[in-house]
Amino acid sequence: MQKAVAKTNYMQRIKAAAANVDSRKKLLNDVKGFALALLKIAVLVGVGYVILSPVIGIIVNSFSSNSDAIDPMVFLFPKNPTLERYSLAALRLDYLPTMARDIVYTLTLTLLQLLICSMVGYGFARFDFPLKKLMFGCVVVMIVIPSHTIMLPLYMTFREFDPLGLASLFTGAPINLMGTTIPMYIMTLLGCGVRSGLYIYIFNQFFRGLPKEIEEAALVDGCGVWYTYFKIMLRNAMPSVITVAVFSIVWQFNDTFYAKLFLISENVVISKKIASLQGVIANQDKILNVTVQELYLDAGIILVLLPVVLIYLLLQRYFIEGVERSGIVG
Amino acid sequence: MKKKKKLTLLQKRSLTGYLFVLPWVVGFLVFYVRSLVMTGQFAFSSMTIDALKGGYTLDFAGLENFRYAFTVHPTFKQELTKSVMNMLIDVPLITFFSLFMAMLLNKKFPGRSVVRAIFFLPIILSSGAISEAMNLSMQMMNGGVATQAAETAATAGTALAFDVDYLVSMFMNLGLPASILDYIVEAVARINDIISASGVQIIIFIAALQSIPGSMYEVAKIEGATGYETFWKVTFPMVMPHIITNVVYTIVDSFTESTVVDLAYDVAFTQYNYGLSSVFSLVSTIITCVILVAICGFIQKRTFYYN
Repeated sequence: MQKAVAKTNYMQRIKAAAANVDSRKKLLNDVKGFALALLKIAVLVGVGYVILSPVIGIIVNSFSSNSDAIDPMVFLFPKNPTLERYSLAALRLDYLPTMARDIVYTLTLTLLQLLICSMVGYGFARFDFPLKKLMFGCVVVMIVIPSHTIMLPLYMTFREFDPLGLASLFTGAPINLMGTTIPMYIMTLLGCGVRSGLYIYIFNQFFRGLPKEIEEAALVDGCGVWYTYFKIMLRNAMPSVITVAVFSIVWQFNDTFYAKLFLISENVVISKKIASLQGVIANQDKILNVTVQELYLDAGIILVLLPVVLIYLLLQRYFIEGVERSGIVG
Repeated sequence: MKKKKKLTLLQKRSLTGYLFVLPWVVGFLVFYVRSLVMTGQFAFSSMTIDALKGGYTLDFAGLENFRYAFTVHPTFKQELTKSVMNMLIDVPLITFFSLFMAMLLNKKFPGRSVVRAIFFLPIILSSGAISEAMNLSMQMMNGGVATQAAETAATAGTALAFDVDYLVSMFMNLGLPASILDYIVEAVARINDIISASGVQIIIFIAALQSIPGSMYEVAKIEGATGYETFWKVTFPMVMPHIITNVVYTIVDSFTESTVVDLAYDVAFTQYNYGLSSVFSLVSTIITCVILVAICGFIQKRTFYYN
């Protein structure tokens, strides 16, 4: 009898000890998980701060008045907020007309990019023809070669634009396309615009991932190749279309390299105009205090970035989903 | 008409294929092949521009431009080495940073879409004129405009520099080799650049992580692998192919934004020395390509392809 009681006691003790180990392990795991989550949050907040802090700084500056600018006590919240920075910056940037022109320029080029690059990508993905491997190698070369290597010849080409001698045949002299947006359109139309190689690559990867049965069904139903491409494949490629559209809008809008190279007017490319805004305000409005000039510059930057950020925020969700589904991943 | 009928279906299809890629082929030949040949020509000749007619004549000058660039030009060599060094520091940092961030952003947590939106913001903000202004206001965030002006007067933020110096000397005394310390200090100093340059790479890595089949993680879990082991045995090998994509993208990107490009642009369009500018472009491109091939070859050997 006593032996039996001792035995149950013993069993209970073992059980208690086991439970104790379990609970200790659980506690340890909880603490570990909590610490990891904390670390994660810290990293995300920290990196987020590094990204956002200049933006916050610019926004704050663009609202502060002259007295705020020299007041060391002002941090994050201006004491006398003003909208004067925006009104003058918008005036000097000639904001609405310039922005409208720039948006038209960017969007038309983006549409061209989408059309041409998806076509080329589809051609590479679905058709077999001689020299295909070599040609696709050239697409990769195009991505890799920095565009500044070819900037001089491009300048020369468009300075004296003479396709097959046609221009000099009709007008007697080659046409000077510098200062217009035509070179950019020509280049984009021929699949060599801003980062076109990358877009071709993305489209190619995506089309390759689509099932062949879709096209076969279309073919059996009597669909021509072009009809299949426009009405069926392009619709199915929506994720990559959105990805490329966002990339293209953002990079085209921010591009100053080609804009500088082709001497495209400031009245079309607003990101070029922002570079001279500070000087313009200093000269025309006789504002000689550099810190105050920078406040106007900040307001100008906000104005310039506003449409792109809006487009980005609108497309953001589709964009990231699109990237996940589209063919960036080879 | 007769001739067309003779084409087999396969030939027809390959013809349509040519039609699809035709615009790009023309563009590539006209803008890339021709331009590369022309750049090569410019580099080996001295050019005189006819200001009245707008034409130019080329005189073969041999290696004169190269000699000038490497022995006479005051800043080219420095800019070039600086760009290459910056790139060599940036590439591993950006790659690992973006992989790390992608892994964080890939997990589900509340507010993920907001965080993702913030992380891709640098892609929008990374434009020449704007990023310069951004840097200015970044400094201003360290305490109002007034303090910023005072700081720039007193040789750029002595308070901050002191801290770094203190830490560096502390680690020096602990016996860490100076070269590693230099690298770390450089990396910390460039954290802003690195974060703003890794937007696209994070996207690529997130897409890569999404494409890893979940069953692999299940197997790893059942076999009792820890999180650390899972990363090195499953995640890392699976994203390895995309590391190459990212490295290529990073190298090209950092070179197109380097000071050598600005120098080439200046020499061409303010001093009108096209030959010299072509030399700068060619040399930097060749160096980029050599680095690309070397690094890619190095990674490729260690890459595991799932398919």
